Amino acid sequence: MAIEVRIPTILRTYTDGEKAVTGDGASLSALIDDLEANHPGIKDRLIDNGDLRRFVNVYINDEDVRFIGGLEAQLSDGDQVVVLPAVAGGC
Amino acid sequence: MLTIDQATYDAIVRHAKRDHPDEACGIVAGPEGSDRPERVVEMVNAAGSPTFYEFDSTELLDLYKQMWDRDEEPVVIYHSHTATEAYPSRTDIGLASEPGAHYVLVSTREHGNNEGPVEFRSYRIVDGAVTEEEVAVVPALPAR
Repeated sequence: MAIEVRIPTILRTYTDGEKAVTGDGASLSALIDDLEANHPGIKDRLIDNGDLRRFVNVYINDEDVRFIGGLEAQLSDGDQVVVLPAVAGGC
Repeated sequence: MLTIDQATYDAIVRHAKRDHPDEACGIVAGPEGSDRPERVVEMVNAAGSPTFYEFDSTELLDLYKQMWDRDEEPVVIYHSHTATEAYPSRTDIGLASEPGAHYVLVSTREHGNNEGPVEFRSYRIVDGAVTEEEVAVVPALPAR
């Protein structure tokens, strides 16, 4: 099973500068574990206390995973995953 | 240094004044690696707040896909402060995630929605370190 994962600039230090990497997993959670095995350190930037970080957005085939099960969202071969940090702030 | 043309500068200021007292936010995209802020994209502040801004997650994805298709990147990421100075807050610094971008802050605290000067300042924010930079407003960007 191959899933393409688009990596944002700020996390490319974990992927040797690659903009996209390939991963594997039947759920988002499994995919992130697989990414961690090949790109150590990346999981901690995505997950905090067992849940997706509040200011990291993950999309599966253009759907924000928060609306389709979060870390339990299901994945199939050929799915496209995009990771984008939130653009946010406040005074 | 941030070099920005007058029309783009004016568009950012107009947006900030219009959305006051809520924080306005958006980007200026430019060709990857060019450091040229060419295309203003106003974003909706999904937080709709005078003290916080966040791009809507669906719009954020649409924006990045559009930039990827056009080989662009966010050259400027801007937002306004409506009651405080144009300096990145602790939250701004903690959440800054584009090390290559110029973070522009506009403060509308003095004149709100009305005519009048604003503070317009630019920063690099990398790994939690803030460096202010000069802003050069030019009639037009130099030819490519």
